[in-house]
Amino acid sequence: MTNATLESLEGEAGKFTAKVHRLPRFINEDLCTACGVCTMYCPVLVSDTYNEELAITRAPHKDYPQAVPASFYIDPKKCLFLNYETCQICIPTCQAKAIDFSQKEERLDLSVGAVILAPGFGRISDKVLARYGYGRFPDVVTSLEFERIMCASGPSRGEIIRPSDGKHPQKIAFLQCIGSRDITSGNGYCSSVCCMYAVKEATVVKEHAPDVDISIFYMDMRTAGKGFDASRQRARDTHHLRFIRSRVAEVRERGDKLRLSYADSEGNHKEDDFDMVVLSVGLESPEDAQSLAVTAGIKLNQYDFCDTKAFLPLDASRPGVYVAGAFQGPKDIPESVMQAIGSAAAAAEILHEARGTEVIRKEYPSEMGIAEEPRIGVFVCHCGINIGGVVNVSEVASYARTLKDVVSVDDSLYSCSQDSQKVIKDAIKEHNLNRVVVAACTPRTHEPLFQETLRDIGLNRSLFEMVNIRDQCSWVHAHEPKEATAKAKDLVRMAVAKARLLYPLPEQTVPVIPKALVIGGGIAGMTAALSIAEQGFECFLVENSAQLGGNLRRLKTTLTGEDPGQLLNEVETRARNHPRIKVYTNTQVENVSGYIGNFASTLSTETGSEVIEHGVVVVATGGREHRLKKYLYGQSKHVLTQLELEEILSSPEKAKKINEVVMIQCAGSRGDDLSYCSKLCCGQAVKNALRLKELNPAASIYVLYRDVRTYGFMEDYYREAREKGVVFINYEKENPPVVMPNDDKITVEFMDVLLGEKVKLEPDLVTLSVGIVPNEVEELAKLLKIPLTQENFFLEAHVKLRPVEMAVSGVYVCGLAHSPKPIDESISQARAAAGKACVPLSKGFVAVEPIVSSVGKDKCIGCGICESLCPYKAIHLIKVDKKKKAETITASCKGCGICASHCPTLAISMGGFTNEEIMAQIRAFGEC
Amino acid sequence: MDQDSFKPKILGFLCNWCCYAAADSAGVGRYQYPPNLRTIRLMCTGRIDPMFIIEGFACGADGIFAGG
Repeated sequence: MTNATLESLEGEAGKFTAKVHRLPRFINEDLCTACGVCTMYCPVLVSDTYNEELAITRAPHKDYPQAVPASFYIDPKKCLFLNYETCQICIPTCQAKAIDFSQKEERLDLSVGAVILAPGFGRISDKVLARYGYGRFPDVVTSLEFERIMCASGPSRGEIIRPSDGKHPQKIAFLQCIGSRDITSGNGYCSSVCCMYAVKEATVVKEHAPDVDISIFYMDMRTAGKGFDASRQRARDTHHLRFIRSRVAEVRERGDKLRLSYADSEGNHKEDDFDMVVLSVGLESPEDAQSLAVTAGIKLNQYDFCDTKAFLPLDASRPGVYVAGAFQGPKDIPESVMQAIGSAAAAAEILHEARGTEVIRKEYPSEMGIAEEPRIGVFVCHCGINIGGVVNVSEVASYARTLKDVVSVDDSLYSCSQDSQKVIKDAIKEHNLNRVVVAACTPRTHEPLFQETLRDIGLNRSLFEMVNIRDQCSWVHAHEPKEATAKAKDLVRMAVAKARLLYPLPEQTVPVIPKALVIGGGIAGMTAALSIAEQGFECFLVENSAQLGGNLRRLKTTLTGEDPGQLLNEVETRARNHPRIKVYTNTQVENVSGYIGNFASTLSTETGSEVIEHGVVVVATGGREHRLKKYLYGQSKHVLTQLELEEILSSPEKAKKINEVVMIQCAGSRGDDLSYCSKLCCGQAVKNALRLKELNPAASIYVLYRDVRTYGFMEDYYREAREKGVVFINYEKENPPVVMPNDDKITVEFMDVLLGEKVKLEPDLVTLSVGIVPNEVEELAKLLKIPLTQENFFLEAHVKLRPVEMAVSGVYVCGLAHSPKPIDESISQARAAAGKACVPLSKGFVAVEPIVSSVGKDKCIGCGICESLCPYKAIHLIKVDKKKKAETITASCKGCGICASHCPTLAISMGGFTNEEIMAQIRAFGEC
Repeated sequence: MDQDSFKPKILGFLCNWCCYAAADSAGVGRYQYPPNLRTIRLMCTGRIDPMFIIEGFACGADGIFAGG
């Protein structure tokens, strides 16, 4: 439902009435084929907001090719008809008859059980940007504008040019923290994502134009996410990016260049000229945050983002209303995706009893038997003028008639339209067709539609083949109609050759045991188990040690002032008493066999071993403080970790005796023992520093850091610490502080860059931020056949888009096992893992696409090459009559065909992509 | 042979999830490229058996493109 806004939300969790105001698109979504002809003919020029107003579009348009829905809309502010009742030129140009000016706005009453708020983020105001010359100097651009300039589908087609003169910039400056970490702009928080995107944009520039000189002016490089530091380092080393720790004071114009004034980290005043300046703009709360808060009845925080609590990061203040993405606080794609899945899980928790109650199941007629010899029908589409304007469709259709086994050929204006489906069905009946070929657009979007038509008439959907003569022919050879027509004929011939060999493939489903195994009983594991149980499924929660709680047991406070002990109590009590959760402590997972829907795991408990059956696995094996052998840790009683200090600070008496503390950040991290950043140590140091200041305001606290990574709203606490007199001193990796024994005391020596001299302190305590390492998981990873990163964290299926799924179907990850992260992020991710895990559980089956592999047992010699190569653990050897034979696990198979291409005896066949079918296509290719 | 008269026949094996999708995007973006390529869609370039390539050349391909 697009162009829609929430007008009111009445009722309560489980029973809301949402009034939604929906504005018309003036183009019927169901009829629009997204061909773009209307845009070509419209006479009204409109500034293209998707391209940051750097390009022009027309009143009817689609924001970008992948936009959902895949349909155009008309800009009502600009359309001549909607404003002056003239023009209407688009109507006759649309051959699909999708343009509909009679559409009216609607007001809808939706009855819903839960609401998820995901309005995204807003823009930093032009007033703030103007301080850096934005608006006055055309070559000062925002990072969002720069993103479009760099993009292959952007206004300059990816050519990096200056807006002022269209020249290629030779020297570019990125200015970080624009509208972030700046109380004068109203935004005291850190926007979390800008450091990483600046590194990305700089990298893309260097890949296009290696000679461009790039400087990034920053305060702290906050590349704290999983793998982010490694990317930043790679970018710096490969592309020689200059990182300058400084906040630029002023941007001036000097000739055709921009002059930046700044002070370097030694305090020297400097100036430098650049061709282009990119402002790394922060993430503001959405413009309509306040009105949305009133409508939805939720609270906002001081910066107008949705107010949430650290232990309930997805819950808005009104029960039944959840939040995901940047509206909850600035965050990147993986974090937003995790929250999105997590909030969906939260909604499913309160609504699980209603699951499936409003579903209408479609029934298909039973499949008809098909004759031996192929009877092929070919349908060629004009797609309005999209294909027909270039390819000679009737020539292609006539040619198709000459091909062997083709008994029926038709061409239609739009083969995807409703009436064309009827034409196809009638032809199947009339000509007794048993194979159907459609030459039209791309099977990636339209194959399911035609396969549905086949199923509706009782023909197996695997008897269908599609030829792409639009996206990969007429559109890309627009000026070569003859060649495009010849290509279309060749492609049709190849498809018909394949279609001749197609055979019906069974529609398979694999049942799912509606139970989950959660490995690890820390806060992530307990949260995941509770969410799964609340969504209505049984859950085995297995913990290695004697008690639940993990690292949470050692925490005394949080930065935002919540009580971890209380959280632990509540969650543990709920988990232990939940009727659908079975808790195992002192228990190890000895073995896991099976696949999505049908796992069997052997647990080794105190009383013996037990086999449990379950459909999915959630891995929440956690991590722990790294133990390092530096800075006299373990040798001097004055040297502690942050967690150990936290323990001391829980006793005010002991805290009052601490008068001087030196905290060393990144002790053992970021290129030392550990290559990565542990993300949570900076917040932890600030938390302990503030706590100590509260208990003993006279205490001197020095924090030696490389970059202070108090991202998001944590930044407020960092500022508070500085205001309260905590001293933060930067050190470089090459020149770390030195900790030395000094009789019964201890000495810390470090370089103060600003003073330009070495400083020696004799503190009561040295506290080390030691970072997080994952628990031992190599064995488990082998059992599940799941890849680990170099650092032994579990590797997700897709870093950005599938952050809780694994390459192996039915296995999910959350918490520290995935990467170091603070509690709130672990909780969001745990709920997300539970959300994904409940998808197969609630369906009750895994639908298998017919493209999966199958093994010809007669030909198989049991060599096991396929098993060793399969990236999805989807084929394995079994014993058949005492002989080893390969067998596909259809529920896990993705149809990639690696097994088939490597089988030495050609025993493995792929549904819809058999060797014979592909060879027939190749031979048909050769006939031209 | 002079360059303008050589019109190679190229056979492409395209992965459904990446290269085939990219070829679709090229179309959406109306990028123009020479019409010499004929493609076969696969679910992964891992599906390519060496015999497909040999057969392709045997059937008269001047070049074979694997996009994945």
